[in-house]
Amino acid sequence: MSTLNSRIPEGPISEKWTNHKNHMKLVAPNNRPKIDVIVVGTGLAGASAAASLGEMGYNVKAFCFQDSPRRAHSIAAQGGINAAKNYQNDGDSIYRLFYDTIKGGDYRAREANVYRLAEVSGNIIDQCVAQGVPFAREYGGLLDNRSFGGTQVQRTFYAAGQTGQQLLLGAYSALSRQIGLGRVKMYHRHEMMDLVKIDGKARGIIARNLITGELERHSAHAVVIASGGYGNVYFLSTNAMGSNVSAAWKVHKKGAHFANPCFVQIHPTCIPVHGTNQSKLTLMSESLRNSGRIWVPKKKEDAEAIREGRLKPTQIAEEDRDYFLERRYPAFGNLVPRDVASRAAKERCDAGYGIEANDTNEGVYLDFATEIRNKGRQSAFAQGDHNPSEEKIIELGKKWIEEKYGNLFQMYQKITDDNPYETPMKIYPAVHYTMGGVWVDYNLQSSIEGCFVTGEANFSDHGANRLGASALMQGLADGYFVLPYTISDYLANDIRTGKITTDSPEFEAAEAEVKLQIERFLQNKGTKSVDHFHKRLGLIMWNKVGMARNEAGLKHAIEEIAALREEFYKEVFVPGDANEMNPELEKAMRVADFIELGQLMAVDALHRQESCGGHFREEFQDSEGETLRDDENFKYVAAWEYQDGDATKAALHKEALNYEYIKIAARNYK
Amino acid sequence: MASKFINITLKIWRQKNTTAKGGIETYSLANVSTDSSFLEMLDQLNEQLINEQKEPVAFDHDCREGICGMCSLYINGRAHGPETGTTTCQLHMRSFADGDTIYVEPWRSRAFPIVKDLVVDRSAFDRIQQAGGFVSVNTSGRTMDANAIPIPKADADKAFEAAACIGCGACVATCKNGSAMLFVGAKVSQYALLPQGKVEAKDRVLNMVRQMDEEGFGNCTNTGACEVECPKGISLENIARMNREFLTASLTTDK
Repeated sequence: MSTLNSRIPEGPISEKWTNHKNHMKLVAPNNRPKIDVIVVGTGLAGASAAASLGEMGYNVKAFCFQDSPRRAHSIAAQGGINAAKNYQNDGDSIYRLFYDTIKGGDYRAREANVYRLAEVSGNIIDQCVAQGVPFAREYGGLLDNRSFGGTQVQRTFYAAGQTGQQLLLGAYSALSRQIGLGRVKMYHRHEMMDLVKIDGKARGIIARNLITGELERHSAHAVVIASGGYGNVYFLSTNAMGSNVSAAWKVHKKGAHFANPCFVQIHPTCIPVHGTNQSKLTLMSESLRNSGRIWVPKKKEDAEAIREGRLKPTQIAEEDRDYFLERRYPAFGNLVPRDVASRAAKERCDAGYGIEANDTNEGVYLDFATEIRNKGRQSAFAQGDHNPSEEKIIELGKKWIEEKYGNLFQMYQKITDDNPYETPMKIYPAVHYTMGGVWVDYNLQSSIEGCFVTGEANFSDHGANRLGASALMQGLADGYFVLPYTISDYLANDIRTGKITTDSPEFEAAEAEVKLQIERFLQNKGTKSVDHFHKRLGLIMWNKVGMARNEAGLKHAIEEIAALREEFYKEVFVPGDANEMNPELEKAMRVADFIELGQLMAVDALHRQESCGGHFREEFQDSEGETLRDDENFKYVAAWEYQDGDATKAALHKEALNYEYIKIAARNYK
Repeated sequence: MASKFINITLKIWRQKNTTAKGGIETYSLANVSTDSSFLEMLDQLNEQLINEQKEPVAFDHDCREGICGMCSLYINGRAHGPETGTTTCQLHMRSFADGDTIYVEPWRSRAFPIVKDLVVDRSAFDRIQQAGGFVSVNTSGRTMDANAIPIPKADADKAFEAAACIGCGACVATCKNGSAMLFVGAKVSQYALLPQGKVEAKDRVLNMVRQMDEEGFGNCTNTGACEVECPKGISLENIARMNREFLTASLTTDK
């Protein structure tokens, strides 16, 4: 077991990034066009990186599997983006955003990276406004803010419930500009199939053209992986259908360590599961917890009556409702961090108070009645009506809600056929975000030289639990403001390298390997669909490597996934040919990687004998059911090295986490 | 809501690739939950086809929550199906009845060639964006403070409403002229309404319209079908604004 060098610069934390920037190597403008960079993925992290590198003058090739870079799943982020602007003058600062992020991550994130993230957060907002991103504004014309779970300040910038869309379209516009200028070459409907390493360095990729099926060789002096998270290992998640781990996993198999794979965020406010043909889960933005109150009935018989359709939630009297977050966490109430809120909902449903009539009775209410009343009254007063009627209050309250959350309410109604203005929303936790990912140092470089990893695909900033509105911040910080510096430092050594040929044995071997895997799938004489196996993998993961984990379950999961893997290669049927558009083949290649990742997640969860953030081991909880961290033994990043062609045999490397600027403490939201 | 199960007949456009000749194929599908989305129904059909060792139907989709704009489909003669303000992925089978026959076709437009089955190539939209759909500011982070220029809330809101376009192409597919003016108008409007976008407003509208014409999109004859079928409710106002911008730019620019 070796220790990892995270290359954190010397000096006080507030000066590390500036000092580091001052001392990094640069590539002169006349040398940049001689250098090629590949960027895989065009979400916030990838599009911002590709655009920035293109502006600097590098030759950039960007890849996305969708039909356009604008489709990347960053687009679906709803609630907002954090920045330590302190426009609301409520005590926010870079330090406090840094502190909240470390604490929210349950003291499992790297201090120096998180501080840098907080430090550049303000620039992100400046940059986006300059690009024409239409953030929400107040009547005075200045930017509006709201608060999000796990914080006590208003630092979240937003654009209705479509913040991710607006930020991604901003990054996409910057990327489009560079494509138009010929500085970025865009390869849409292309999937990275493998990383090509030459002399230990990342020097290119094998990509598959998803329209023609052709395998292509692309060389570069550095490769940036910005391919997002791996939540789809659970089959059901809030991720897009195409979101996958393959780029990150291929890099892992080629030598990059994979860090904290068991740290998965289960988001508390998603629409509950409806049936077996369900393909994905839909998130209802956490911002709704600013206005909604979460509850279940106090009496089991009421919960049962609701499930059977004999009672409606609006018929349950106030005193018969259990606002369990307000009860358990009075200081933060409905705004506790996501992992805490999710577990509390699970606890109530496991105890028999769930209100949804699905197989597992899993569902709780998110109720807007109180807020409709409060805001309705405020709006009436603002209009000069100091004695508003009941109807007027409700009418104005609903209008206020519509302005703030209209699109979310509409989406909810479309999916469930229920009107959330009249009856509370039904919600339940679902897999949403993965904090774990490819291990990177302070420069965002993985353990493979020249292979950089940004955004959700890396592990670095969110510890064991991500705070709301921080994913967008990290994606753009990495791509706009961190990577362009650190990658130049690396590329400075490549100004004399010259064009890298794709006719080398390394490219040849990588392509042959991909070809072999494709042929193997297409020639397999199986009878079951890829989805059949993916769904089974998802169930194992959700039940045993999900919101609550224990030793016996994890050991079972490891065995079950190994058996599933064997069956998958024997029994899967992939129709069609290699040289055409073949969505089933694409899925098969992705599921093969998900299966191996699932094994590693279970191994990681089994090894981490503590509870922290999204990782809840049932053996490690206090008398009130809160997580029990073990800082003495587990205050480290678990970085796994792939070996012996078997994900379960990965070697563990530890990166010790030192907290010099934050006093480490039990996380308390009471 | 109590879920029901329905049996349906599907008439689906199948086409091997861009150059092959396509045609309608008929499929029967039983036990479709009315809580399923339209795409989940297609998943169910594909599962059935795979189990019969047949090739599944290719269709574009990704986020399945109505925001990425990747899903398309002409359903019973309407872009994104019978509901208004809804993408295909947010259309649910409760909108259909037991025994229904449902026609599913790809977007129909000269500028969106068919790739396979129900999948079309919408990269023309990307090229229009590349021609001018941006503010030319580098990503230095060293711009002015975000609050340095106050923007009237009404302008910011209107810019946002225009920027809510998801680029799905329903406007083009539904337009009898195959016009992309709602799409282009929305992008032009977003920037024209914001001080940050005004600097390059003239060049932007001229360049984007030029590219739009080069891609082979038709002209606008004000039938308003695009607005009706737009899943995000993008307003015709944006076309009017683009025309105004275009006219002003054409008359006052030196080029």
